[in-house]
Order: sequence, then structure tokens, then C-alpha cells
Amino acid sequence: MKIRTFLYTLWQGIRNMFKNGWYTLASIATIGACLFLLGMIYSIVANAQHILYTVEEGVSITVFFNPEVTDEAIDAVGQEILKRPEVRDIVYHSDEEIWATFGPSYFGEDYQEGFPENPLEGEHNYEVFLRDVSLQDQLVSWLETKPEVRFVRYSQITASTFSGVNMMLVYVSAAIITILLAVSIFLISNTVRVGITVRAEEIGIMKYIGATDFFVRAPFMLEGIMIGLIGALVPLYLIRYLYDYVINMLTTRFEMISSILSFLTLEEVFRILLPVSIGIGVGMGFLGSFITVRKYLKV
Amino acid sequence: MTRRERKKAERDKFIEENGIIFLDDVSMSYPEKGNPAVKNVTLKIEKGEFVFIVGDSGSGKSTLIKLLLRELIPTGGDVYVMAQNTRKLRHSQIPKFRRNLGVVFQDFRLLKDRNVYENVAFAQRIIEVPSREMRRNVPSILSMVGLAGKYKANVRKLSGGEQQRVALARALVNKPSILLADEPTGNLDPNNSWDIMDLLAEINEQGTTVIVVTHSPTIVNSMKKRVVAMRMGEIISDEQEGEYVNED
Repeated sequence: MKIRTFLYTLWQGIRNMFKNGWYTLASIATIGACLFLLGMIYSIVANAQHILYTVEEGVSITVFFNPEVTDEAIDAVGQEILKRPEVRDIVYHSDEEIWATFGPSYFGEDYQEGFPENPLEGEHNYEVFLRDVSLQDQLVSWLETKPEVRFVRYSQITASTFSGVNMMLVYVSAAIITILLAVSIFLISNTVRVGITVRAEEIGIMKYIGATDFFVRAPFMLEGIMIGLIGALVPLYLIRYLYDYVINMLTTRFEMISSILSFLTLEEVFRILLPVSIGIGVGMGFLGSFITVRKYLKV
Repeated sequence: MTRRERKKAERDKFIEENGIIFLDDVSMSYPEKGNPAVKNVTLKIEKGEFVFIVGDSGSGKSTLIKLLLRELIPTGGDVYVMAQNTRKLRHSQIPKFRRNLGVVFQDFRLLKDRNVYENVAFAQRIIEVPSREMRRNVPSILSMVGLAGKYKANVRKLSGGEQQRVALARALVNKPSILLADEPTGNLDPNNSWDIMDLLAEINEQGTTVIVVTHSPTIVNSMKKRVVAMRMGEIISDEQEGEYVNED
């Protein structure tokens, strides 16, 4: 395509937008409303998952060793544990360290008096932090097969609760987002169809004169892309202010919440939301125009 | 030589010598209708001819135009336009094929949101004519149809006759080999009708093949051109300087 023709096409696309002002507004509003809802749901779900993940990070399992196991063997087991895909990190706690931690809390500052020897001798252990608590059972089963390991302490309820909540969040958010996308596609294709039906005659004339499909389609495509882009940017702009406002309100007015829960920053939310929203908006505008114009090109 | 081979040889000879349109035993049936709209039509039109296609409503005239434009593919026989079998044209080849055909419709079919100049220039933009050339061609064709002074006017504000002239200018600006006019005077008063017919005759004199579909006996009978009459999808007469009696 020559530059002159491209510029003409671009100009026609922009012109079409203003020429069909109400249709343009309706399309932008439809895309905008759908993407706004999508953005809101995503922000809530992403934060819920982030909170869950933060809490999950603190969940650990503890691995105790048989008394006859040497320090070298414990080191070797530690290396093996670290290599496991379920494991994010491990921390070794020696007998002395454990006594120094628990002694004061149970017996006060003079906890060593009356205990000439460490009463927690042999309680040295690895505290193992998981990448994903749903993988806990798998790791525990493996650990329990190790001859060096005496006992593995873990909470079955905590793990299954986290896994359950996590899965529920994934399913619920996937369902909501799928429904929203389906509704968006329906609304947008209807709006585009109405707009193009109005111009069916114009498309027919172009085809009779000898315009190629591309020449007819290009202004509609560009119009669709521009509508999609504006339809995506408007809700993103709104969500940006709304998100900051809500997070500020939660952390300043309800200080207790902010001390327990940590929220994602706007940048973290937008890292995914921005390209996804623009992609969906532009994609819908493009596809909506492409599919609908195709029907009228068979002249 | 078999019958088929002889027919092919005849067709090739006609196209090679001076033929521009050749309908070879063409039939066209619409699935939703019982009777065929066009039935076993064979028609030869030479370069530079002026042909009226006449007939009552439903006689198959408009279907014939659609077949020539490759809007329809015949259900039987073949349509040759400028030596091309329209059946064999791929979808992507149709735009280029149509650029050799100027088309004028009864309802003008102008781009209503654009002015006179833009409507005519649009046909040039499609074939990517350089701007400088376009600025020369469009005023020239507009002055030929008598609209040089109205190039900025919005087409909606023009009279029916003027709108048809814009449509004619648009059809001619790319210098087509064939001009197809489907009831070009159907929406016009007698004065404007004659003006348009005079223009079509002038265009024909310059070498363009002109095919006019009409059911106006007054125009047909006074122009003294070739008349192809159709009834119920069939050609019932084909005469030079023929006459037409409207039975509608």
C-alpha cells in the first residue's frame, strides 16, 4: 500500500469516528464498561491472591533427625531438600539456637539455671518453606522415606485450607472473567454490527467501483482499533485513580488491616492489567470490525 | 471438430476480432425462486457498440447486469467480459476486473457524506492515481458532465439529474472500456433524462461500449440504437435500430 493510500485510509477511519459520533460513543462506552468491570475484578482477585501468597510464605514444615545422624549427613539432606522443586528455602536451627529461643519464653531470662545440659538436645531441625502449600503432601511423603529423618511436623489443615481458597479464587475469577469477556464480545459485536449496517450501502458502492477488500476494510479496521484503544484507556485511567483512593483509604482509615494484609502497588496491578486491557480493547475493536465487514464484502 | 470445439473456436474468433462481451448460453437461477431469471441467453456485443437491453419488470435485465459485473456467477453457460470468463475470476481479481466497467444505477449510489469532487475522486483513489493527476482528471470529467461549477457541493443538495451526472462522472473518470447503466433515467424527469442520454451517446462516440438497461420506450425508440428485448429471462429480439413497446 502506498503511503498516500495509507494516510487516506487513516483519515477516513478518523473521519468515520466523528461522522458516526453516537455510534462511536456507544462503542467506546460498551468496551469501556466491560474493561472497567474486568479491571476491577482483576484488581480484587490479584490482591486476594497476593494476600494469600504472603500468608502462605509464612507456612513451613519442620524436619527432625534421628540422634545418630552426623552433621555431614544433615548437610547432605539439606542440599537434597533445597534441590526439590516444591522448596523455596530452608533454614537450619541448631539445638542451641532452639533452646535460646524457647528457653526464655518458658522459663524467663534465667532459663539455663537448673538445666546443666540443653534439654532440647537432638531437636535440631530444618524449617522448610514451600513454593506452593498445595505441594506439601508430596514433599512430606518424600521426606518420610529418608532414613535420616525422625519426624516431619506439618499442618495438614493449613495446607488444605490454603490450597482450597487458592483454587476457589482461581475458579471464581476465571468464571467471572470468562462471563465478562463473553458479554463484552456480544455487546461489542452488536454495536459494531449496528454501525456497519448503517454503512452497508457505502461498502457496496465501493465494491462496485472496484475497491479491493483491503481498501474497504482498512478504514473500518482502523476505526475499530481506535475505538478499542480509547475504550481501554478510559477505564484504565479511572481504575488508576480509584485503586489509589481505595488502597489509601484502607491503609489510613483501617490501620489494623494494613498491619495484617499487604496490598499490591498500582504498578504491580498495571503490569498485567495495562497490556491485557489494551490488548482486549484493540483486539475486540479489530475483530469486531473485521468479522462484521466481511459479511458485506461478498458483493 | 466437435460441436463444443466449434463453439469455442467461434467464441475465440469473436473475442479476438472485436468482441467485448459474450454471453454463451447463459442461465441464472436463484435458489429461492422457481423459474430461472435468465434462461439460455446468448449475446454478443462488440467494442464501441451502444446497446439497449429492454424488457418488462422481472424480464431478467438487472440479473444480466449483475452477471456482467460478476456480482453473480451463472448457473449455466459462461459470461465473457473483455475476454475474461467471469466464472474463472478469483475473489481477489474481481476489483481489478470491475475497474474496467463503469456502472451507473437508477438510485445514483453516491457517497452521501462527501462532496461532488470527493465522489468522483474516490474512483481514482481506489486505483491509486497520483494526486496531481487526480486534480487534473476530476475537474476535466466534471466539466464534461456539466458540473464543473459544483465540485464543492454536497451531493445531497443536488437535483436528481445532477446526482446522476456525478454518478456518470465517477463511472467514467477511470476511462472504462464498458459503461453499464441500469435504469439511469428511472428517477429523472424527461429533461434530465434526455441530458443523461445525450451524455451517454457522447461517451459512446468517444469509443466506450455503452449498455443501457431501461424500460422507457420513448428513449429507446428515439435513439435508434441496437435493442435487445427480454421476456421471462429469454432474449426475444435483437435488432439494430430496434423499437420497444412497454407492455407493463
